[in-house]
Amino acid sequence: MTTRTTEIWVGIFVAAGLASLFMLAMKVSNLSAFSGDEGYTIYARFEDASGLKVRSPVTMGGVRIGRVTDIRFDPQQLVAMVTMRIEKQYDTLPVDSSASIYTAGLLGEKYIGLEPGAGGGCEDADLEAELEAELGGGGPADAGAAADAADCQSGYLREGSVIKLTQDSLVLEKLIGQFVSQFLTSKEEGGGDAAPQGAAQ
Amino acid sequence: MSDNNNDIIVRIRNLSFSRGSRRIFDDIDIDIRRGSVTSIMGPSGTGKTTLLRLIGGQLRPDAGQIFFDGEEVTGASRRRLFELRKRMGMLFQNGALLTDMDVYDNVAFPLREHTDLPESMIRDLVLMKLEAVGLRGARHLMPAELSGGMARRVALARAIALDPMMIMYDEPFTGQDPISMGVLVRLIREVNDSLGLTSVLVSHDIDEASAISDHIYLLSGGKVVAQGGAEELRNSASEWAQQFMQGLPDGPVPFHYPASSFRDDLLSGGEGERP
Amino acid sequence: MILATLQHLGQRGMQVFERLGRASILLSRIFGGIHTLVPRFSLFIHQIHSVGVLSLVIIVVSGVFVGMVLGLQGYNTLVDFGAEESLGVVVSLSLVRELGPVVSALLFAGRAGSALTAEIGLMKATEQLSAMEMMAVDPVHRVLAPRFFAGLFSMPLLAAIFSAVGVLGGFFVGVGLLGVDDGAYWSQMQAKVDLYDDIMNGVIKSIAFGWVVTWIAVFEGYDAVPTSEGVSRATTRTVVYSSLAVLGLDFILTALMFGD
Repeated sequence: MTTRTTEIWVGIFVAAGLASLFMLAMKVSNLSAFSGDEGYTIYARFEDASGLKVRSPVTMGGVRIGRVTDIRFDPQQLVAMVTMRIEKQYDTLPVDSSASIYTAGLLGEKYIGLEPGAGGGCEDADLEAELEAELGGGGPADAGAAADAADCQSGYLREGSVIKLTQDSLVLEKLIGQFVSQFLTSKEEGGGDAAPQGAAQ
Repeated sequence: MSDNNNDIIVRIRNLSFSRGSRRIFDDIDIDIRRGSVTSIMGPSGTGKTTLLRLIGGQLRPDAGQIFFDGEEVTGASRRRLFELRKRMGMLFQNGALLTDMDVYDNVAFPLREHTDLPESMIRDLVLMKLEAVGLRGARHLMPAELSGGMARRVALARAIALDPMMIMYDEPFTGQDPISMGVLVRLIREVNDSLGLTSVLVSHDIDEASAISDHIYLLSGGKVVAQGGAEELRNSASEWAQQFMQGLPDGPVPFHYPASSFRDDLLSGGEGERP
Repeated sequence: MILATLQHLGQRGMQVFERLGRASILLSRIFGGIHTLVPRFSLFIHQIHSVGVLSLVIIVVSGVFVGMVLGLQGYNTLVDFGAEESLGVVVSLSLVRELGPVVSALLFAGRAGSALTAEIGLMKATEQLSAMEMMAVDPVHRVLAPRFFAGLFSMPLLAAIFSAVGVLGGFFVGVGLLGVDDGAYWSQMQAKVDLYDDIMNGVIKSIAFGWVVTWIAVFEGYDAVPTSEGVSRATTRTVVYSSLAVLGLDFILTALMFGD
């Protein structure tokens, strides 16, 4: 085999290898959706974020608009503080949007679904900013409160905004406990009327 | 040390070397004179090839010193050794040609590795060396296509490619037909004289080696048992020399491998020996 | 009796350390000679051809079959859960994270590794390495280093080709033969396979495997007893040890990368 033929084959080999890597990166992985670091960070507090993981999707209207980037425990407010990164192009999310933790599919993967708010509620944000400034303390929540007051004017969620309305992750045991206690309560009250007020949504 | 450089190219002093429990060399001294053809001979297994490896620095002796061209080989750094080796050529028993290249590339190998000469010059040199060994027409053959004798000649061409000061031959005559033998004998002497080399032969072919050697060293049992010119040795009083030069089956080198008495061995056997 | 066995074991243990030491020294010599690769670049290319290109056939064929089997088996299991749409995820994650790097490394060890050991061992047996030394050419730099770096370079490429071809094989079986939805196969895959966590980790694994397999192959050849029996034993050792090393290393790397 001449040197020239060898070199050609090696070139083909290397090209095939790189093409495979490229194909894996493009078609197989989430690279196309991974539009880089352009985006903005928002926060939300949940009393119960069980099952939610870092890199879980954040959706609105069923469309993925971002990902969870961090989940921490806030030792001051004793709640879970979830950090999300929203893609840059989705910058018209109303400031009073709510965040709920849902379950996707049978396998129980949790994700955050955002629902757009009506756009009001600025008075609350201003009040909260004043209160927290008086009470002192640090943390993203307070920074967020001040930012809230600021972008409340613009009406949209921006970098550092904190979502106020949240709904927790559904945990099976709590659900059952809720169901049972409601059942027992309604039995006490209504005697024969055993229809429990629905706790599951 | 000046007479050293002019006269003696390899100086070995007090060399001792053991492999495992076997003493291969026991405090020997050898001088190789510049421009001469020196043979190191002895019965098989006396470590003649080992001596060549020691001179070339591939092995380290247990004790003693080896000097090549005035520089010490024993204990030299790898870099130093590589420099020294460029002045030595070595011919291995089977030629040791690089099997993935043809004859031309094999001879060109040391030139390409150690010089920056352009390909046109390398071509001239390779053809010259091949012409000297009579194989210029075979330059595109692969080593697998060469006979043993031809392979050795190519290896010789390769060994002289860099115009070394000294060439070492490891059993060059072993297993050759008479014609190849004749060719090699002639080549070794011619190459030595025309290129002003020193040649060190390790061999046990007395007739061939005697024919071209200026000086012969006879080794046995780890010691130099005799040395001198071919005639000198033939007329030597030493028993070793006599047994070797005349090819006697028994003498200082015994016929029987050391064993107990034959009678006892036969009589003590029972059901037969297990292998 | 027991004493003799213990003694024997102890000796074998020391031998292991001895060999490991020799192998490490050899590796440092190989790396020390990396700069000698530059003037000998054509040697390096030639070795990539010998080690990489010539392994392509077995890698591609195996990749296709492994991918197809994954498609088949994955479908059979997922269909019980009504989750056959996730077939793309199963096939691609299995390949990219594990099967691609590991299986291609094992195949590489068997094909290219054994060839390297045999070649180098034979060069040692016919005194070619010795001859090179006497010609003041360092055989470690000229013979071993190009082969080692060629192996190190080729392995990730081969693993990538294996995984890519496997994904296509799974596609062929799942979508083509079993009726999984085309869009679902790719879109679910894209949602679940991460560039850094899965693909990059797979590449890192294959580089590690390439290092280990080629190192063992080259060392066994260089260290072989220079007889025909010695070379054959060395070749066997290469295949066995590098396969075990790949599997062991795979566990360690997986635990490091995919554990918490």
